[in-house]
Amino acid sequence: MEKFMLLFRGGVNHAHNAKDSQAAIDNMQAWRTWMESMAQKGILVGAEPLKPLGKQVTGKSKKVTDGPFIEAKEMVGGYVTVSAKDINEAVEISKGCPIFDEDGKVEVRPIQSMEM
Amino acid sequence: MVSVLTKIFGIGNLETAEDVVQQAFIDAIRVWRLKGIPNNPSAWLFSVAKNKAIDIIRKNKFSVQYDFSEDSRILLTSEYTLATTMENLWKEELMKDDLLRMMFACCHPEISEENQITLILKTLCGFSTSEIAKSFLTSEETISKRLLRTKDFFRNKKIKLEIPSVEELKSRTHAVLGAIYLLFNEGYNSSQAEHLIRRDLIEEAKLLCKLLTENQYTQLPEVYALMALMCFHTARSDSRLTTDGEIILLPKQDRSKWNKQLIVEGNDYLNKASFGRAVTAYHVEAAIAFEHCKANTFEDTNWELILDYYQWVCVFYPSPITELNKIVAVMQVHGAEAALEEIAKITNKKKLESYYLYFSILGEIHLRINRKPEAKQYFLKALDLTQSKAERKMLMDTILMI
Repeated sequence: MEKFMLLFRGGVNHAHNAKDSQAAIDNMQAWRTWMESMAQKGILVGAEPLKPLGKQVTGKSKKVTDGPFIEAKEMVGGYVTVSAKDINEAVEISKGCPIFDEDGKVEVRPIQSMEM
Repeated sequence: MVSVLTKIFGIGNLETAEDVVQQAFIDAIRVWRLKGIPNNPSAWLFSVAKNKAIDIIRKNKFSVQYDFSEDSRILLTSEYTLATTMENLWKEELMKDDLLRMMFACCHPEISEENQITLILKTLCGFSTSEIAKSFLTSEETISKRLLRTKDFFRNKKIKLEIPSVEELKSRTHAVLGAIYLLFNEGYNSSQAEHLIRRDLIEEAKLLCKLLTENQYTQLPEVYALMALMCFHTARSDSRLTTDGEIILLPKQDRSKWNKQLIVEGNDYLNKASFGRAVTAYHVEAAIAFEHCKANTFEDTNWELILDYYQWVCVFYPSPITELNKIVAVMQVHGAEAALEEIAKITNKKKLESYYLYFSILGEIHLRINRKPEAKQYFLKALDLTQSKAERKMLMDTILMI
């Protein structure tokens, strides 16, 4: 089994846009259901949502600027780490993500094992 | 609360669960003193405990001390799902099962029976170490050691919280029932100085047993039998003390004060207990208690039948306490001298000699055969062995009358 990180970008209601509306509540429920189903299968390794703010540190001079860094639809709003047989299985897993119902996208990336 | 929290942290971290509960109560005392008791105290406590649990998880997500890798527990490690998962774990219908699972974990076959019962009393029933020590006729130090050993066992063996398989269920339920009965006895005849009857413990014991009768896997005949036994005993509790808290012994109890409804309830449970072929000590003790409840006066009591029952219990489930009970029955049927002969036959007296009832019975026997000086000595010894105010008062009165 390999580990993969699914990065979530955009999404109208996902974490950073969530408001206290029924849509947002339904959306949270959908995310929870998805996470629970992965947990039940034993493939969920970790997950965290991110706030839509932060700082950016760049360059040799380590210049600090305020976020948001890019357009909202490109911003990373959270991640999930899963175990899967290969990238194809990881992609299949990502298709269950509710972010597609809210116009977002998922980036599936294998986690690199660093050899000494 | 401890059982839910143990589900959250894993049984290897029982101490964390206990700490959270204790902290929640400390908070409660502090806040309630200032602001008054909230409308729903238990909801208040639960929400404090939940928040504390969330804090601990946030701090220890990656710690090796906690194992969050299991399917549903992994959801606690992500902020996506932590709050809602925590909320769901505290639903009432789930909490009942948590309690059952915790009972069975405490009664793991590799833990000695004594240690099992100790742990149940501590974690599920909120007993203090000294109360457990009295129930076991042993010292507080022994009890602390037992608790430590059992917690180490859980940690090292990575025991899971689960209801055992059908094959194991019967033997493991036996240990659970033993603990419930001990708890009940402590409530029915408390070791605390101030209160002889502790209704909170009695209710706790009945609640735990009732849980077993409600779960389809654990509703065994002996579970119903114990439930019946406890109903019959509690039916008599109102008549056991005067309004000043003094003891009234069985012959003088006002039988009209006995709770008829509980006797009926007990009878129902006893009927349910009679399916299957199992006849356990609980069956027989329930039958004995029922004989007492059935008799309209003390003189009407069918002591011959009761003696038969006790003889049966002493053969199949021997214990020092049942021996003593048998001797009381012998005294009623065959007289004090026969009882004295019977008591001489008991071989292992070591345990009995730290038990006030043993000396109190010896005193009563000697009183009846008119050996007053000895009787007085025995009652004095009994007096040394009990802290209960009501028991002491009764013994003092007896001594003064000799």
